[in-house]
Amino acid sequence: MKYLFKNTIIIDPANLIEEPVDVLIVDGRIEKIRQSLSASKNDQEIDLRGNIIAPGFIDMHVHLREPGFEYKETIESGSMAAAAGGFTTVCCMPNTNPVIDDDSMVRWIIEKGKSVNQGIVDIYPIATITKSRQGKELSPMMELADAGAVAFSDDGSSVDNAEVLRRAMEYSAMINKPIIQHAEEPNLAKGGVMNEGFVSTSLGMPPIPSISETVVLARDLLIANYTKGKYHAAHISTRISVELIRDAKKRGTSASCEVTPHHFTLTDEAVRSFDTNTKMNPPLRAYDDLISLKEGLRDGIIDVIATDHAPHSFDEKQVEYLFAPFGIVGLETAIGLAITELVQTGYLSLNQLVEKLSVNPRKILNLPQVTIREGEKANLTILNPELRWIVEIEKFKSRSVNTPFNGRKLIGRAIGIFNNGQLLLND
Amino acid sequence: MALQNRHLLGLEGVSKEEIKLILDTATTFREVLERPIKKVPTLQGKTIVNLFFESSTRTRISFELAERRLSADVVNFSADMSSLKKGETLKDTARNIEAMKIDMVVMRHASPGAALFLSRVIDSVIINAGDGGHEHPTQALLDLYSIQEKHKRIDGLKICIVGDISHSRVALSNIYGLKTMGAEVAVCGPATLIPSEIEKHGIGIFNKIDDAIAWADVLNVLRIQLERQDRSYFPSLREYRKYFAVTKERIERAEKQITIMHPGPINRDVELSADVADGKHSIILQQVLNGVAVRMAVLYLLGTRS
Ligand SMILES: [Zn+2]
Repeated sequence: MKYLFKNTIIIDPANLIEEPVDVLIVDGRIEKIRQSLSASKNDQEIDLRGNIIAPGFIDMHVHLREPGFEYKETIESGSMAAAAGGFTTVCCMPNTNPVIDDDSMVRWIIEKGKSVNQGIVDIYPIATITKSRQGKELSPMMELADAGAVAFSDDGSSVDNAEVLRRAMEYSAMINKPIIQHAEEPNLAKGGVMNEGFVSTSLGMPPIPSISETVVLARDLLIANYTKGKYHAAHISTRISVELIRDAKKRGTSASCEVTPHHFTLTDEAVRSFDTNTKMNPPLRAYDDLISLKEGLRDGIIDVIATDHAPHSFDEKQVEYLFAPFGIVGLETAIGLAITELVQTGYLSLNQLVEKLSVNPRKILNLPQVTIREGEKANLTILNPELRWIVEIEKFKSRSVNTPFNGRKLIGRAIGIFNNGQLLLND
Repeated sequence: MALQNRHLLGLEGVSKEEIKLILDTATTFREVLERPIKKVPTLQGKTIVNLFFESSTRTRISFELAERRLSADVVNFSADMSSLKKGETLKDTARNIEAMKIDMVVMRHASPGAALFLSRVIDSVIINAGDGGHEHPTQALLDLYSIQEKHKRIDGLKICIVGDISHSRVALSNIYGLKTMGAEVAVCGPATLIPSEIEKHGIGIFNKIDDAIAWADVLNVLRIQLERQDRSYFPSLREYRKYFAVTKERIERAEKQITIMHPGPINRDVELSADVADGKHSIILQQVLNGVAVRMAVLYLLGTRS
């Protein structure tokens, strides 16, 4: 099968081409990148005027919920949501039921990922750091890595015991796989449902103080520095977290971090609506935190944008705020939010955005880089950075629609993806 | 003049005129309560459900009495939180109530925002009888009424709320209502029980009870519990009593007129010494009576609104 993409801009940090070009893809490989290629008879020709193609985006923090919670999301529906949101690759978190802590589970997820939607989206499992995600004994990391796990995380909970984290960092460093920590001190956070501050006080909500994140992060960065392990902080949310990562990087620590679109878009003021789709962990923080996160992205302290896509069913979220589960879906709004909040506002260039969504996560996960060059496999995100659109949950491919962004006007949208020989365009 | 909102979910955003209307209406019902026959036919034919997901005998009885004195048909529904979490959701319960053609729902619930949630899923008129640590508007209104009754004004008075501000269901509604009515407000308690950034509401903070007594015209003393969800916020009740209790000696030392209030139930000789609770400064029993009148006023104004 041949595809000819006409008049597209390529945004690839590894291969900058300023002018619109035509890209010919044959059997899933990039055959030619030239100006004015003409189509032969059997080529599928697609005019991409006004659109850009970028090395396929990867979301390194996704909860696909399968196995165990298929009513929230499945590998199939999650992979469709990823494709619709412009992601060619997702990494799925292991807090499923059963948890992903043995090699057969890792293989099962990879197989399943290949079997759904003709395998257009690459699904890479993240396995647990500790057995049963209990924070006590290490998972069989080498075996898990051999089976295809790309990283380790007990996400949903913090590895609380410093000794366990130390050993996990030392052990995983042997195979050069990152430890992804959900940094949260459980005693400080206990019972809380939103950020501690004027808003929680005004709503009478049990608070989660920002220090519940930063005390663990500060400790972890010291452990990372000491062990020379590879540390990645999931979903950082506070101003001090950005400072801690900045300082650790200066000290030469092998540390990286990610931020979610909701944390650079919304503050705890959004909770005043009592909409349970404003309840997530870490919680939406204060305005100065939000600004620091944007600056952290701009200054390169924050490496990655990841969604923490956390589907929950409609009924689960249609309850009192105190009882609602934490988390929101993110795959299908991430690009729109990132372009609207970061590119349109001048915090990031499109080129930097591609680094946060494609280059840096692959670097952290030790995955081969995707580039747009002749002879390379075509793994592409196609997006229109100027398209104005409105989020409509009715159009979501995800099985869940728990988002606070329904009805929001955004600029920039994924038009489709090309991966593993297949093209998928959004309608 | 009528109330702006068809529900009473809280006092945040309720105007001075509306609060005055409620307090004035309560005065007429106070007169009714002094009569030999304490019943008026105002809400005849209306059905009200008291939906209590946390036990609060006082508040429920006060509402029930107010409802019966207005001749409404009253149904009580009590369930504890644990059974709710397991089975039926609040939405299911609410829909069931709706199906029974209920006019008004009075709800007590542990989650902030629960009353708002209920107003979004059913059509009945909702009165919030406490949503977790958020609002408890009728309690604050009866406090306002009692202060006004005693001092003939609220504007310019200094009111200090004392005790566990963080977990109180009374503090926020009081702060919103008192500020709207022109009072100066402060809170006093151990730093561990004063929530983050509360001063941004334009209120003072005292950590010494003697300073609060010296400053205030009115002390609204809240109930203290040693432990909440296995967490301790101060070392012992003994220490709390020693440094934060409102006692006769402390009031006498201040050599001033001061009004003592408490939303009940009182831990005698913990946050408030018995002699103060029963003494000449206390208006605690008037608060109880005023509670019925104020709730009658709210039920009347909302029940006859449209
Ligand atoms: Zn997490």
